Amino acid sequence: MPEIRNFSIIAHIDHGKSTLADRLIQMSDLVGKRNFRNQILDNMDIERERGITIKSQAITLPYTNAEGKNFEFNLIDTPGHVDFSYEVSRALASCEGVLLLVDASQGVEAQTIANLFLAMEHDLEIIPVINKIDLPSADIDRVKNEIEEELGLDPDGALLCSAKEGTGIIEIFDAIATFIPPPSMDIDAPLSALIFDAHYDPFRGSIISCRVFAGQVRAGDTIRLMSNNTTYKVEEVGIFRLEREPRQALYAGEVGYIIAGIKTVSDTRVGDTITLDKRPAPKPLPGFTEVKPVVFSSVYPVSSEDFTSLSDALAKYKLNDASLIFQKDSSAALGMGFRCGFLGLLHLEVFQERLEREFDQYIVMTVPSVEYRFLLSNGETVTIDNPLYYPDPATIVKAMEPYIRASILIPERYVGQVMELCMERRGVNSKLNYTSRQRVELQFDLPLAEVIFDFYDRLKSVTQGYGSFDYDILDYRENDLVKLDILVNEEKVDALCQIVHRDRARIRALAVCERLKNEIPRHMFKIPIQGAIGGNIIARTTIPPFRKDVTAKCYGGDISRKRKLLEKQKRGKKRMKMIGSVNIPQSAFVAVFKTDT
Amino acid sequence: MPSHRPGLYIHIPFCTRKCLYCGFYSVPSPSHGLVSAWLSSLKHEVLHYRHSFAAFDTLYLGGGTPTCLPSEILSDLMEWVLKHLPFSSDSQFFIEANPGDLTKEKIEAIKAMGFNRINVGIQSFCDPELKFLGRRHDATEAVLALQRLKDACVESIGIDLIYGLPEQSMDEWLRTLESTISFRPEHISCYELTYEKGTPMWEMKKQKEIRPIDEDTERDFFLMTDRFLEEHGYIHYEISNFAKEKRFISRHNIKYWQHVPYLGLGPAAHSFCGSRRWWNVRDIKTYCKLLEQGKVPVEGSEVLTDEQILMEYVFLGLRTVKGIDIKRIADIPGATETIYRLEQQGFFNIKNGTAIPTLKGFLMADTLSSILLT
Ligand SMILES: Nc1nc2c(ncn2[C@@H]2O[C@H](COP(=O)(O)OP(=O)(O)O)[C@@H](O)[C@H]2O)c(=O)[nH]1
Ligand code: SF4
Repeated sequence: MPEIRNFSIIAHIDHGKSTLADRLIQMSDLVGKRNFRNQILDNMDIERERGITIKSQAITLPYTNAEGKNFEFNLIDTPGHVDFSYEVSRALASCEGVLLLVDASQGVEAQTIANLFLAMEHDLEIIPVINKIDLPSADIDRVKNEIEEELGLDPDGALLCSAKEGTGIIEIFDAIATFIPPPSMDIDAPLSALIFDAHYDPFRGSIISCRVFAGQVRAGDTIRLMSNNTTYKVEEVGIFRLEREPRQALYAGEVGYIIAGIKTVSDTRVGDTITLDKRPAPKPLPGFTEVKPVVFSSVYPVSSEDFTSLSDALAKYKLNDASLIFQKDSSAALGMGFRCGFLGLLHLEVFQERLEREFDQYIVMTVPSVEYRFLLSNGETVTIDNPLYYPDPATIVKAMEPYIRASILIPERYVGQVMELCMERRGVNSKLNYTSRQRVELQFDLPLAEVIFDFYDRLKSVTQGYGSFDYDILDYRENDLVKLDILVNEEKVDALCQIVHRDRARIRALAVCERLKNEIPRHMFKIPIQGAIGGNIIARTTIPPFRKDVTAKCYGGDISRKRKLLEKQKRGKKRMKMIGSVNIPQSAFVAVFKTDT
Repeated sequence: MPSHRPGLYIHIPFCTRKCLYCGFYSVPSPSHGLVSAWLSSLKHEVLHYRHSFAAFDTLYLGGGTPTCLPSEILSDLMEWVLKHLPFSSDSQFFIEANPGDLTKEKIEAIKAMGFNRINVGIQSFCDPELKFLGRRHDATEAVLALQRLKDACVESIGIDLIYGLPEQSMDEWLRTLESTISFRPEHISCYELTYEKGTPMWEMKKQKEIRPIDEDTERDFFLMTDRFLEEHGYIHYEISNFAKEKRFISRHNIKYWQHVPYLGLGPAAHSFCGSRRWWNVRDIKTYCKLLEQGKVPVEGSEVLTDEQILMEYVFLGLRTVKGIDIKRIADIPGATETIYRLEQQGFFNIKNGTAIPTLKGFLMADTLSSILLT
């Protein structure tokens, strides 16, 4: 029986996590006998390999060490964005150890530390690995020093490797085998397995990635999902190799997959515990929370006759994305569409991109919004995630918006800039904790609405990539919230209206007008763009009309060229939404919420 | 007057030197060897199309600068063309000329070859402007050349001009126009200066060494040109083209705009016939090599669908006073209503089911084509 080790690789972005994962796959017994390895290395299509690590969140790597002892190393991948921090925590909960990767020339950076904390929270064995030692700028001594001083880890335990050149990889395998503890393997206890991912297969339904903590599971068993007590009959269990590889059973300590005729991934929640129906575990594994969407936006087809096709696309999309929620919605200007909820702005952007690329949908998305609460004069409290339904201001007694507690980890030298950013975003209650000699943790209470826009991007830019950020939802707080309308050519554009703090309304309105001005092409007439609260115009700009628009020459080759241009424009029109008599390109709707004030 | 007979275009890919704004394919000061290689290849190309076209009724020798070639070469070429390709008896023969080349002898020689319509690349009557454009002639030469043409009694003189140079004033442009009409040319082309990718002028614009005029100024130039020439009796029959009388409307050029077949010979020349467009390689050496191998020097071709033909019909129709037959656009969704709406807004006059662009329509032809077609 091979010994099992479960681990993840954690690293600051670009320190080489994916490259190292590829190498580990290539150099394991998965790919071939040791003597052939070098040759295979030369010929291996790294891109193809990479596709595999991305597609499945885990892979089981067989490995035989120099003494001929057999291992199975389960490498569990983690997504890299705060929107998905819950998924990261579930992936780490499935491991006993991590490789903490540090770039030999960049040294310890923000995410290195943030990731280290996460790993420590889960009590994991941490193996520091210094990567990219092939770089001329590699400074191993300095990095070792940082590992000791900033991370508080033993620098002598740090391994050296070049993922790119494939050096030091065997040592990494051996360190995993030696230092990461084997999982506990109580195979006779009642089954308890942690779901850390699920993805959709058109033929088999939801494929659950899980880590078995106790007991065993095999085809034919009836499993129960402990969060909602639904039961399913297991069709197949197995492990992830280059492809799925069915097994008789999955045992305590192992990482693998379960297929149980579950139609959509929405029924399999990350963090949930799987047990056996007839012999359930006494209690679920800790840490499960239901992920709730925090950002809402409506999607509309660019051309209204595509509503059915959009509807089908969303249903298909949902099969593979449990965190997306949506329901029908309609707007006077944009027609029939859907109100969708997302985990964060990145989630929303990924959704938008995939919907277009993979599902061929041309869509317009409205400005993202959080959930607001309004206490009205009739005593009722209404919850609104769509600015269109902002209540009559005369009836509002109290307007409330959700706050988060942001925890921002930065080198001390950026404290000033980050404070400024947070204040600008209406942050309050700041707290400063010194975590190590040069790092500080800055805590702020911030309105969620202020972070869903580009807060994370801005943070990264003001800290030159050194800032990392995590948050918890706090509570609702009262604020002076108004509805900002955007008018294009005197017409209110539903998709662009938003709820904002009164003090921030003007600056937001100006930014939106400017963005629109850059995105909307000139027309034959002048197009005023205005931001308004109620009937009050608080910002305005104008897109000047074409004064002259004609090419001087149109002979032989010019004709084909001109035709092709028109054909391209025609395709582009599919991405334009006609509002009144103005064509607004889809990109304008996106540009508006990328706005950085 | 419009005719349905095909036109023949021959591209002379040579110039004495390159003008700074020029995006045409031409090789400056070619060697004898190159010219004779090109000529013999061109003769082969002529033979390839010997039986493919009905009788042509126009021949247009363009370029490049046809007149920079010695007369013997030109007449050798013409003889060959006339011998091997069919022409109708009322054919018109056009040649583009550089004022610097138009000596009395040259004029006689090209007349003798059968050219009765000479388009002179004057561009401007203002020396600093000519210099800016990198032309090799000056205003005096321009005047002399036109005088000589007048004296030689060619059937039609065309003057080509360029306007909208950076920092050009309206007055300067009007002076050029005035000098132009003092010769009462039968045809005038006024092209706004365009910055073609890859030309020195484009580079200067990119490097911000020069600042192109703004859109309002462009508009003023365009409108003023129209007003001035119409006041002097010229017909503004295409965006950039004016004719003294209807009969001087370029029979050759309108073929391009009315889907009449044309055959283009020589490197980089474009052809159209039926629903097919094809174009030659843009390199003399490749051109010669292909012909030596017995192949046509075609670089690419496309067959237009009915929809594409219609699309071209519309945007080309927007550029000439022939306009658009409203019946023909019935199948383009929304186009008919749009065209009536645009008439209301003054972009067209609709007469007997034909929408003829107004001056305001010409000014916005590209926008109008987007509105109607996309
Ligand atoms: N020189 C060198 N470059 C490396 C090494 N490992 C990764 N890289 C490069 O670093 C960049 C980031 O690597 P990647 O694996 O995508 O990083 P990730 O963002 O952590 O997944 C890529 O350009 C890699 O080719 C290494 O050992 N040496
Ligand atoms: S003479 Fe005509 S073809 Fe030759 S370089 Fe000048 S503009 Fe171009």
